[in-house]
Amino acid sequence: MKILIKNGRLIDPAVQTDRIADLHIADGRIIAQDQAPDGFSPDQVLDASGLHVIPGLIDLSARLREPGQEYKGTIASETRAAAAAGITTLCMPPDTDPIIDTPAVAEQIIRQAHDAGFARVIPLGALTLGLAGEQLAEMALLRDQGQCGAISNACQPINSAHVMRSAMEYAASCRMTVFLHADVPDLSHRGVVHEGVVSTRLGLRGIPEAAETVSVARELMLIEQTGVRAHFCHLSSAHSVRLIARAIADGLPISMGVTAHHLHLTEMDIGFFDSQCHILPPLRTQRDRDGLRQGLANGEIAIISSDHQPHDADAKLAPFGETEPGISGLETLLPLSLRMVDDGLLSLPALLAKLTCEPARILGRSDIGSLQPGSRADICLYDPEQPWTVDPSRFVSQGHNTPFAGWELKGRVTHTLLDGRQVFGPQP
Amino acid sequence: MTPRHVQLDGEGRLRHFITTEGLSRQILTEILDTAENFATVGSQKIKKVPLLRGNTIVNLFFEPSTRTRTTFELAAKRLSADVLNLNINTSSASKGESLLDMLRNLEAMGSDMFVVRHNQSGAAQFIAEHVAPHISIINAGDGSHAHPTQAMLDMFTIRRHKPDFTRLRVAIIGDIMHSRVARSQIHALNILGVPEIRVVGPQTLIPQHAAHLGVHIHHSLETGLKDVDVVMMLRLQRERMEGALLPSAEEYFARFGLTQAKLALAAPDAIVMHPGPINRGVEIDSSVADGAQSVILEQVTNGIAVRMAVMSLVLGRGPRSEEAAP
Repeated sequence: MKILIKNGRLIDPAVQTDRIADLHIADGRIIAQDQAPDGFSPDQVLDASGLHVIPGLIDLSARLREPGQEYKGTIASETRAAAAAGITTLCMPPDTDPIIDTPAVAEQIIRQAHDAGFARVIPLGALTLGLAGEQLAEMALLRDQGQCGAISNACQPINSAHVMRSAMEYAASCRMTVFLHADVPDLSHRGVVHEGVVSTRLGLRGIPEAAETVSVARELMLIEQTGVRAHFCHLSSAHSVRLIARAIADGLPISMGVTAHHLHLTEMDIGFFDSQCHILPPLRTQRDRDGLRQGLANGEIAIISSDHQPHDADAKLAPFGETEPGISGLETLLPLSLRMVDDGLLSLPALLAKLTCEPARILGRSDIGSLQPGSRADICLYDPEQPWTVDPSRFVSQGHNTPFAGWELKGRVTHTLLDGRQVFGPQP
Repeated sequence: MTPRHVQLDGEGRLRHFITTEGLSRQILTEILDTAENFATVGSQKIKKVPLLRGNTIVNLFFEPSTRTRTTFELAAKRLSADVLNLNINTSSASKGESLLDMLRNLEAMGSDMFVVRHNQSGAAQFIAEHVAPHISIINAGDGSHAHPTQAMLDMFTIRRHKPDFTRLRVAIIGDIMHSRVARSQIHALNILGVPEIRVVGPQTLIPQHAAHLGVHIHHSLETGLKDVDVVMMLRLQRERMEGALLPSAEEYFARFGLTQAKLALAAPDAIVMHPGPINRGVEIDSSVADGAQSVILEQVTNGIAVRMAVMSLVLGRGPRSEEAAP
């Protein structure tokens, strides 16, 4: 299959190009920009006039709910939603049921994703067996047989500093990256919202900022000692960003990410107990949100993820504290991120880097996240101008849980290609 | 900007009573004035008025309570409503789905009002948002969020002794952090124009951001009581003394227990209130609880009149057809 994408505005943050050009694709790879190679005759021509042509998005954290919670979503349903959102690669945290702590579970997930054919799914292997925080999981086997792209204990704590240290040391010796969720459960203490003005007003149990910063501080010290490569997922507080940025400046091999929704919402959006804003880590103050935006703008925050967590309707239909946290985030990832450009925080290529080449770099993947010849033809085309209103009932994802219903956004994906095959968009 | 709260109807009248937060002084005053009219009913030989005859009120208690439920029941019966008491074990009804299912069943029985107590903050709001439009919700306490009828009976009691709210200093003493009573009192006192509201307690029992509620924070009972006109004690739950929040009941009483000596720091005619049940010797000394300045038993009596007022105002708003869907 040979495809020509013509007249689009090619933005490839990996090499900082931004220009109108044609893109030539054959056998699942990008083979040339501008001039077609000799003898190239496309089977399909996509006219991308007025559209942006970017590498397929890479989302470092998305729950697909399979195996274990198929009533909330399946690998097929959620990768289809990813394709509709221009996302071609998804990392799946290990807290499935069964947990991704053996290669067989990871292999099964990859097989199902492959059969569904909408997106590339990279499982994240468990850091400890059963995510219990006690015994190390088979990290090397998870990588070599299970194709796990990194290891993580998902949102489960490793309370023992000794176990965390060992896990980091072992991971470092396997040259694997550890994804960290910064939380001290002893401090978050079954909290459901940020400990602040809103928790005080509504009488909801608060999660203090220190639940995140204390964890960040401990992990930074252990990273320094063990030399492991680490990525802090979805931070919520400005203070954490400052701590990590300082450690990056000191030369630690680490990176950090933020979710698209934490860039937009604060605790105030909870209003009178809106369970769609029940999110972990919690939405914090305006100052925190501004700090996250600042970290994004000055390059300290490397990536934006969806932290996609689709739910069945009942999961959000209860008194706030009894609802399940998380939002269905795939389909708003790109448009919410693009708003950072409209808000003047950073340039379009700099923003797109955080959805493409930066996550590829964290995963150690040189074959995705770029439009350079030789790269996999994972490509997203979107209309930068056409406004649309978020209507959860029209989500492709099985989860309709979003606090962004009714928001007017720009950046509608028109076509998505995975390995040179169109997985979303009008059929030719 | 906050959207209009679900507890107000299209004309700004109370269709539910979920929280004192955000209500107008006019609405609170209307509740107090109406309660004043009902206060005499309890001393009549026939303690009934026919205002809510034919209405069915369901006391829906997900959390055990005898006193509050009893006063709601008495209030409803004095208004001639039919009353159904349902005590629900939360372990069998902790999921939202079954809570909604239960609501549908009760709606189908032709109820007009649910009086709800639940251990989750926001439960009454949640039920109000999902209940059939012809049913009103009264919050009888949700988690640590609100207990608005308790706050209103406290306002009623204060007004009987100190008619001008705008000249008062009020101290609320104890476990502010976990207290739905305190939150509702603070909103009500602010709305009614009290110029100085103090919260008094150890830092571990006062939310860090309490000042945002419109109060002054005191960590010493001596400074907190100085010259106040109203002393509102809160109940200290046993479990708070067993965790990391407090060293012991003895130390708590030594620092924050209300004794005659401490009370002498307040204005000479200060009144002492407590929502009950009292922990004698933990937050308050018996001689104060039973003393001349205590109005604690009056609060209990006034609770019936205030709950009658709220029920009659919420259910007696005139034609129902004007209402918007929830």
